[in-house]
Amino acid sequence: MIAELGLALLWIAAALACLSLVAGIVYIRTGNNDLAALVRPASVAQGVLTAAAFGLLIMLFVRSDMSVELVARNSHSLKPMLFKVAGAWGNHEGSMLLWLTILGVSGALVALFERRLRNDTLVATLAAQAALSLGFFAFLLFSSNPFNRLPVAPPDGQGLNPLLQDPGLAFHPPTLYVGYVGISVAFSFAVGALITREIGPAFARAMRPWVLGSWIFLTLGITAGSYWAYYELGWGGWWFWDPVENVSLIPWLAGAALLHSVSVTATRNALRAWTVMLAVIAFSMSMVGTFIVRSGLLTSVHSFAVDPERGTFLLVLMAVYIGGALTLFAFRAGSVAEGKKFALMSREGSLVINNLLLTTILALVLLGTLYPIIAEAMGEKISVGPPYYNKVAGPLALILCLVMVAGPLLSWRKDDGKKLWTRLPAAILAGAAVLFGLVLFGGKVGVLPLLGMTVAGIVAVASLAPLWKRNLRRTPLPTWGMVIAHFGVAVALAGMAAESAFIKERLVAAAPGETVKVDDFTVKFTGVSPIAGPNYTAIRGTLIATTPSGASFTLHPEARTFPGLMGTAPTETNEAALLTRPGGQLYAVLGQPVPSADGSSADRYQLRLWWKPLVWWIWLGGALIAIGAALSMLGRAQLLEIWRARRARKAQERFA
Amino acid sequence: MKAKHQRLILAAVALCGVAGAGVLGASALRDEAAYFRTPAEIKAGQAVVGEPMRLGGMVAAGSIQRQSDGVTIRFVATDGKASIPVQFTGIVPDLFAENSGMVADGRMLADGTFVADRILAKHDERYMPPQMGDMPKNMKVAPKV
Repeated sequence: MIAELGLALLWIAAALACLSLVAGIVYIRTGNNDLAALVRPASVAQGVLTAAAFGLLIMLFVRSDMSVELVARNSHSLKPMLFKVAGAWGNHEGSMLLWLTILGVSGALVALFERRLRNDTLVATLAAQAALSLGFFAFLLFSSNPFNRLPVAPPDGQGLNPLLQDPGLAFHPPTLYVGYVGISVAFSFAVGALITREIGPAFARAMRPWVLGSWIFLTLGITAGSYWAYYELGWGGWWFWDPVENVSLIPWLAGAALLHSVSVTATRNALRAWTVMLAVIAFSMSMVGTFIVRSGLLTSVHSFAVDPERGTFLLVLMAVYIGGALTLFAFRAGSVAEGKKFALMSREGSLVINNLLLTTILALVLLGTLYPIIAEAMGEKISVGPPYYNKVAGPLALILCLVMVAGPLLSWRKDDGKKLWTRLPAAILAGAAVLFGLVLFGGKVGVLPLLGMTVAGIVAVASLAPLWKRNLRRTPLPTWGMVIAHFGVAVALAGMAAESAFIKERLVAAAPGETVKVDDFTVKFTGVSPIAGPNYTAIRGTLIATTPSGASFTLHPEARTFPGLMGTAPTETNEAALLTRPGGQLYAVLGQPVPSADGSSADRYQLRLWWKPLVWWIWLGGALIAIGAALSMLGRAQLLEIWRARRARKAQERFA
Repeated sequence: MKAKHQRLILAAVALCGVAGAGVLGASALRDEAAYFRTPAEIKAGQAVVGEPMRLGGMVAAGSIQRQSDGVTIRFVATDGKASIPVQFTGIVPDLFAENSGMVADGRMLADGTFVADRILAKHDERYMPPQMGDMPKNMKVAPKV
């Protein structure tokens, strides 16, 4: 029953999306207000019904209803509850339903709470959102029905990849999805505003919380994914420039550019056409990312199915949406009135450069990601790895950070370049101190990490400058948000640069009782013992790390073996052990047993040890960026504005 | 007039930026993109010594030799037509074994040895380069070299 109900809800929701779209079009063409009045409630209902269908799918997974094909393929009655629930979106059909749920719920939220826009623009926006939903409804209902029943229910399910049974991974995809799909609202706002030609501060203000909100989720998703890859893969790296990582970074870059340009449009009514264009690009990049991952063009743990029919369907959908939006833009761009003017040396000017650099990095990352696919089509197999990305993105990102130093200290419209220098002495001093310190005491450091740490020093101090001599209690939330986010960039940059400059690595085969020195630590390998986990067995090594001051810590890296289910081969994983210290992290991996050199005494074990200075600053920085964006969003949210206005009115009434 | 002038400068700057980025991207791709090669292609001369490269093949039966330091291995990668000796220092992935597929990132030395910085095993669920999918499943394994 539950599955049939879920499917019915999806069809009704699809019909409502159709209604919103048709009513919206008729209203825009004829001005029929009766139909326009339907669009808001229909959008809300569509969101509620889609979310309910998703809830029912989760219920099927919780109940382990093996008569449903999707549950039978992806779940198992003995799985822990958390992974049963996560199993609902850990597959192609379920993740597409999650995608639709977020599309629907975002549309419903816009319909419920947006009061700043002109009514016709709002209706056009909701109709655009409905059009997006409709395409994905078609995709889900015609080619990936999650509620499909099996003719005969199997006794139990086929389980889930044991590697994916990680609590971090249960929440990583939904977080990224909220980010990916939340930006669809910006796309719809842009389309709506292009249709009604209402492109100005009101439109930008309405769009801004959505851009910030989805960007927060993208930031959190990328940061968490990076940490997951760091501790789970046992390779010691925190970013591999894997295509799947890149397709989450690309919308993030577009979102970062958009949230800066949208504040120019909101505050100064400038860069209007560019902001609209970026909103279209940002969601397009989300769709391209989903397409690349889901179509099986890349083979990795992230791609669920290699199915050419689905790939083609997604490609057509994407072409229609992106092509449609760009065509609309081409027709209307001419009629977008020229924005307010500004000098190059101004806040707006610096944000234009910020946008240029961000979109350039975006284009280069996209090029590196797509190039192997294009080359493959031409018969040449090529892989593009970290050296390419570090070479192109590194220097541009550093220039971007320098622009970030100046931007917040410039006034809107027009500023004096000479005056800028008078605001920077502390920051320049900090940078110089870092640079000299490193050159004098840092030993041999590469050029890029050296510049990275210097720029991080400058940015850290300069990012706090907007608070200088200000009443901190009266400083508006968005200013706090900007300061914290920019400071977070400095923290993350320092972590990245320090890690790559001062990393220490030891790779040895150690016999029990042997000690290894890595940086200041003396690490004693005392031996291994077998242990049994809930669904695996493992060899667990014991390492005792001692600092020069005499403090000692125990680490337990493990080599785990998951038994194969139903005749599949067993899976082995290396579970790294981490010791977090104020100055960085000690990272230990246990490898394979190898015979001792003389062949007589006990086995040695391969040990890989890293000392990674300041490495956790990278994720701390990511978290700070997300917190900053959240404060900024809170400060811009309409609810807060309403609340403030009400309080001000009450205060006035009291005086009157 | 002044505003027009300024927009012109801005457009020129943007254009230069885009052109510069294009040049940067193209040159970085030329220098850093790694070609995927099979042992037969390398033997046919399709590899430049010292350039980043990705080698794909089967680990020949009985070819894995562990060096006395315990962390360096030497083995032979083969595609049934030709064989290349490979050297790797590090912890090999769990699924790395004789008679199974692997992909190695690294470079050729002048003496004909491939030095790997990273080894990926076929069927490694965490990551599998797309090229692995194309490798014939019933690839004939060459005799030990």
